Amino acid sequence: MLRRQFVRTLGAGSALGALGSLGMLSGCASTAGGKGPKVVVVGGGFAGATAAKYVRMWSDYSIAVTLVEPNASFISCPMSNLVIGGVKTMADITTPYSGLSKNHGVNVVRDMVTSIDADKRIVKLASGAELAYDRLILSPGIDFMWETLPGMAKPGAQDKVLHAWKAGAQTVALRKQLEAMPDGGVYAMSIPLAPYRCPPGPYERACQVASYFQKAKPKSKVLILDANEDVTSKGPLFKKAWAERYQGMVEYRGKHALTDVDAAGNTLKFEFQDDVKADVLNVIPPMRAGAIAVQSGLATANKRWCEVDFLSFESKAASNIHVLGDSILAAPAMPKSGHMANQHGKTCAAAVVALLTGQTPNASPIYNNTCYSFVSAEDVVHVASVHSYDPVKKTMVTVAGSGGVSKAANELEGRYALAWAQNIWADTLV
Amino acid sequence: MKKINRLLAGLALASLSFWASADALQIRGMAASCSACHGTNGVALQGMESLAGQKKEDLQKKMLDYKTGKKPATLMHQLAAGYSDAQIEQLAGYFAAQKK
Repeated sequence: MLRRQFVRTLGAGSALGALGSLGMLSGCASTAGGKGPKVVVVGGGFAGATAAKYVRMWSDYSIAVTLVEPNASFISCPMSNLVIGGVKTMADITTPYSGLSKNHGVNVVRDMVTSIDADKRIVKLASGAELAYDRLILSPGIDFMWETLPGMAKPGAQDKVLHAWKAGAQTVALRKQLEAMPDGGVYAMSIPLAPYRCPPGPYERACQVASYFQKAKPKSKVLILDANEDVTSKGPLFKKAWAERYQGMVEYRGKHALTDVDAAGNTLKFEFQDDVKADVLNVIPPMRAGAIAVQSGLATANKRWCEVDFLSFESKAASNIHVLGDSILAAPAMPKSGHMANQHGKTCAAAVVALLTGQTPNASPIYNNTCYSFVSAEDVVHVASVHSYDPVKKTMVTVAGSGGVSKAANELEGRYALAWAQNIWADTLV
Repeated sequence: MKKINRLLAGLALASLSFWASADALQIRGMAASCSACHGTNGVALQGMESLAGQKKEDLQKKMLDYKTGKKPATLMHQLAAGYSDAQIEQLAGYFAAQKK
């Protein structure tokens, strides 16, 4: 029995003077069956988990929500660079899904969606089960465009050359590669052309690896090979950190478009420049929306990203299907960040509740982004922005005069960054 | 008992979706954006300021002071600048009405 629902049901029952039998109570607490509207959420990241929780909360727990997620628990990409730097552990960045089920009555199903039948409004799961929905919220995150790097298809290549861009086993494995690297070695990271998940993430990672090298293997190098012309986020702040904190250790090279990887030979190949050989290769490949969105025909922008109506996050390609988070074609200046995904989740949840209860979604959404990056174990820089809906352009735009970055890296924001993580994980999952 | 109170408050809040005006839904959505850092319904975990149950005037003054630069901040001045004075008053009223 869900305590929250039990209490709610008790309260409602008493108010009506009709506190019923145990049968009635358990019937109300059931989330899977029943006659009310059904929402299925696919993917329990920042966007999907938030949407699941807020659909329950904002429907007064009357809309049944099933969350389909293959992982046993949520592992946060934000803060995962600190695990690579040796400052945090995997346990520090892991949150169970049980908060969603215990506190909010979300039916969490550990499975994968293999296909969507948009006409019948059914998703099919790897286990063979089927789930019917009135509204489907798809939050599949990103997948990698491995076809752009033919050498990565060779046996063992993806086990040796890691991305560590989905927090989990690869986060730990990259840390182990860095620990095993001899002093005097080179760590080389390849960054894809924007848009990609977490714009400042690669540069933060470079700082974390350099911070670790400085303590443990000071003769080593960090080489950043960026397909973009220049640092895509917080540029002056990161460059200052590399020049002042990690002098002679970090080298940044822009306009380095990766064309292939020779994993066996530890070599990166580029469109124009010479090959680069290094001891540890970290290739962050080009990305697209998660496979289920692409195979369902929802990735209408260059077959990579899903176009949505920003008032409801409903797909422009399919009705009753909403797409959130990193997999959408973002609005101008809207980053693919965990914080932004959390905001997508709430905006979508409010719209889905409105649509399922015969109301009109909010016509003027406004929300913000806050993103912290650790340039050392303690010091942090931020970027923040406020985004509101423009009814003429029919998209989200940044509010003029809002937003900005830190003046300089500082320890106070290091403490705020850790508090941000605790709070957003709780807001998303507890 | 505290827990039950919070749950009932949550019920009243959640029920907005069925009876509230479009304005109320807009304000709830706008306020939920703040919850990413300041906790669901403004009840924060340690290290961030809880907004729930503060006095409306206090919240409003703080945000306006961030906006004008009167109150020093690491980033709140940059976020406050994204909201109109009317929106700031709405947000202050919303969080003042939430249970601590």
